[in-house]
Amino acid sequence: MTTETAPSTHEKEHGMSDAGYIRIALILAAITALEVSTYYVDFGVLFLPALLIMMVVKFVMVVSYFMHLKFDNKVFSYLFYAGLALAVGVYIVFLSTFKFFLQ
Amino acid sequence: MTDVTHDHASSTGISNVKLGMWAFLGSECLLFGGLISTYMLYRGRVTGGPRPSQIFDIPFTSVSSFILLMSSLTMVLAVSAAHKEDDRKINLWLTVTALLGATFVGGQVYEFTAFYKEGLGFSTSLFGSSFYTLTGFHGVHVTVGIIMLMSLVGILKRSKVPGKKAEVVEMIGLYWHFVDIVWIVIFTLVYLIPV
Amino acid sequence: MAIIERPAPTVPAVVTPTSTYGVLKRPVSATGWRSWVFTVDHKKIGIMYGATAMFFFIVGGVEALLIRLQLAAPNGKVLNADLYNQMFTMHATTMVFLFVMPMAAAFANYFVPLQIGARDVAFPRLNAFSFWALLFGGIFLNLAWFLGGAADGGWFMYAPNSGPVFSPTNGVDFWALGLQITGIASLAGAINLIITVLNMRAPGMSLMKMPIFTWMITVVQFLLLFAVPVITVALFLLSFQRNFGARFFDVAAGADPLLWQHLFWIFGHPEVYILILPSFGIISEVLPVFSRKPLFGYPFVVFSGAAIGFVGWGVWAHHMFASGLGPVSVAVFSLTTMAIAVPTGVKIINWTLTMWGGKLWFTTAMKFAIGLIVLFTVGGLSGVTHSVAPSDTQQTDTYYIVAHFHYVLFGGAVLGIFSGFYYWWPKVFGKMLNEKLGSWNFWLMIIGLNLTFGPMHILGLQGQPRRMYRWTEARAGEGFFNLAFWNMIASIGSFILTTGILMFLINVWVTWRNPKKAPLDPWDARSLEWMTTNPPKEHNFDVIPTVHHLDEFFHRKYEEDATTHTMKQVATAEELMAEQERNADKHIHMPSPSYWPIVLAFALPIITFGIIYSYLISVVGGVIVLFAAYGWALESSTAPDSDFENNTPGTALAIHD
Repeated sequence: MTTETAPSTHEKEHGMSDAGYIRIALILAAITALEVSTYYVDFGVLFLPALLIMMVVKFVMVVSYFMHLKFDNKVFSYLFYAGLALAVGVYIVFLSTFKFFLQ
Repeated sequence: MTDVTHDHASSTGISNVKLGMWAFLGSECLLFGGLISTYMLYRGRVTGGPRPSQIFDIPFTSVSSFILLMSSLTMVLAVSAAHKEDDRKINLWLTVTALLGATFVGGQVYEFTAFYKEGLGFSTSLFGSSFYTLTGFHGVHVTVGIIMLMSLVGILKRSKVPGKKAEVVEMIGLYWHFVDIVWIVIFTLVYLIPV
Repeated sequence: MAIIERPAPTVPAVVTPTSTYGVLKRPVSATGWRSWVFTVDHKKIGIMYGATAMFFFIVGGVEALLIRLQLAAPNGKVLNADLYNQMFTMHATTMVFLFVMPMAAAFANYFVPLQIGARDVAFPRLNAFSFWALLFGGIFLNLAWFLGGAADGGWFMYAPNSGPVFSPTNGVDFWALGLQITGIASLAGAINLIITVLNMRAPGMSLMKMPIFTWMITVVQFLLLFAVPVITVALFLLSFQRNFGARFFDVAAGADPLLWQHLFWIFGHPEVYILILPSFGIISEVLPVFSRKPLFGYPFVVFSGAAIGFVGWGVWAHHMFASGLGPVSVAVFSLTTMAIAVPTGVKIINWTLTMWGGKLWFTTAMKFAIGLIVLFTVGGLSGVTHSVAPSDTQQTDTYYIVAHFHYVLFGGAVLGIFSGFYYWWPKVFGKMLNEKLGSWNFWLMIIGLNLTFGPMHILGLQGQPRRMYRWTEARAGEGFFNLAFWNMIASIGSFILTTGILMFLINVWVTWRNPKKAPLDPWDARSLEWMTTNPPKEHNFDVIPTVHHLDEFFHRKYEEDATTHTMKQVATAEELMAEQERNADKHIHMPSPSYWPIVLAFALPIITFGIIYSYLISVVGGVIVLFAAYGWALESSTAPDSDFENNTPGTALAIHD
């Protein structure tokens, strides 16, 4: 009945030190600064793709490192990214039916 | 082990609560996805009221976004302290996280008041309705997070946490980070990308 | 014999429960009404789900009969137009959200833990909360009948019909907020069952050894997990518009009424698979048992179920072909809709081939299962005609659509549920439903439902619109296509159908009165839920089985004879049961009853009531939520060891397995 896995194995997998977290936070802060700078500096055609890429990078960094998804059991990733992928897919189609992306 | 049916029947060796939390967050993606899509569809429809670019105060929102982002750092430090069973640090970082969150919510209250004075009410336009609904939902999530953080601080002081302490901190942490990543998306899509 | 321990004062008070957790001492009754109201036992919760669903089935059925009475003859006078609108809206809402979904939840709650060899679900208190939230949400929805009139915009409540101009009573408010509460119940239930299936399976039960019913329920829970938040958004937008003055569906402000339609159907289409897949699961259990063969192509049935669940997300706009989506959207959604017929067809072929060459045993459960295959196919075929957009444009909002979804929902979902009743009744209540009455039940329902819904195809193709509160003789047409004739047939059919369902209720009563106990394994069944007593013990299994096969129970009873390659019985269910009891686990600590689930659930309708009438009431509800949340958080799911009696004879060895 009891599984072979000791109950505390998942706790050992949080493979980051506090200094590591601070480094991540600094990178996030830097990206945020860059994002805000788009408000003041004209990025031209790069404006939209740059903002979206920075958004995705920040998102993934918080999820992977702060939320430990990178180090944790894959089941967590499947559950979360399934919801995320479905949301992105469905709502993009939803907005397309309103010709949102042709505006 | 008091949680007999819980821990020991686990097929994967991982915690039920944590799996449940991730499933819930996956579900929340569709909730916020719907609200964000509604906003994106309606952001340009202002019917005489102010346009987004006329009222958004980017420097102000940038600061409050930054504060929320940093609260994720303090939250992760609390989780890290919980794994090391350093009770003093858990309390410290949880409290700091709650304070940063409260600052963010305070900023949002200020922002809403300012927008309202500039003529953007909830019923003014589709932009108004969808903006306040989206950011309001996020604000309510932050507020719930703050209540959970403060409750946890209080409960930890009386050492009454049923189950594993580190796991409880970690669960609230996951929720908190999720609220933060939602704001990362909102900040870009709502504030930085003009109509 | 296993000793199932409860927090002490079960009968003799030896140790009192500690009051350190929360404000109140936790409830401990094992008998009487308290043992139900505060229970966290998945089996009791399952039974309560079933009873609630059955009650709402009757409510929704009465609403349906009133509709058919109104339409039986020209110029119907049973209902006025306003009441008729409320009737069809609440009929659909009740049947979908308060009958089929909770009934599926009843089966899922009761049988998923048993089928995977677990002693309870992953979150027992959350399970109780789900049930109470559903019950209170359902009552809240129906309160509107007594407070100015029920919702009247149709079950998909299109804007702007749902706005205050066209629907001035509080009906739509009750509807939107009530569905919000049942949505919370579904979401909590979905998370619970997903984690149960992922994490609580008996050793050796890999995903591909899971009983097919559990598989289908898992797919359904994922659909709920991701679809419920979408309707939540839509309902919030609607409530905010009606209660707080938002403009979301206000065309004067530039709103797009299609916003509601999209959000509703993004939820609504997965929802139809939420309704049908549990029944697919049930008959996939029933058909092999009564064909004396394993399910044909088990992996195909699993993967086609998952495929239906996935593709189900990409077909929603076929409900909106008539709304002017534009040619690209229509073409795309037409194709995806045709595609989703494929996995459904795969299932029907698998069921048919399961029966092929089997030793068929026509019990009532089996008859209902076969009924599902036949009638769902009829509904499925008319469904394919909707995927052809030009044809659908003709059929939209006619009785042809009504015919289609009643064939898939009544002929599909409901027949599956009845099959489940007859199959699992001995498991749940320890008595067999009467087969003779069962036969009457089956045939009256089959005749009744075909007479009711069959003519609707003709009515629809003749152009009778759905939701029309009366029709006139002058426009009824002549000859074979005369509306009067077919409307009368449909109404007569609905009463035959009702008689069939009455037969079931009589059967339940007769069985209740009959003292005869069911045998341990009446059907010579295949899956784990039959490897325990009827009804199961509180802890389900004396020993948690180790699983080596799909259809584990069958493989413990039968082994293949090496020379003849036929299955030979090597053990009876009674022998297996006796062996379990000899090796029973000692000191099983089950999750303990709790006050908080019902308290927390009760706060929800108070909050929503306040949104309609006075925010002060909402504040009271909010305070109760906070109070219950603290009580909940401060109480462990299973009472501490010190609360259990340890001096029961024969359990001196404190083995906490």
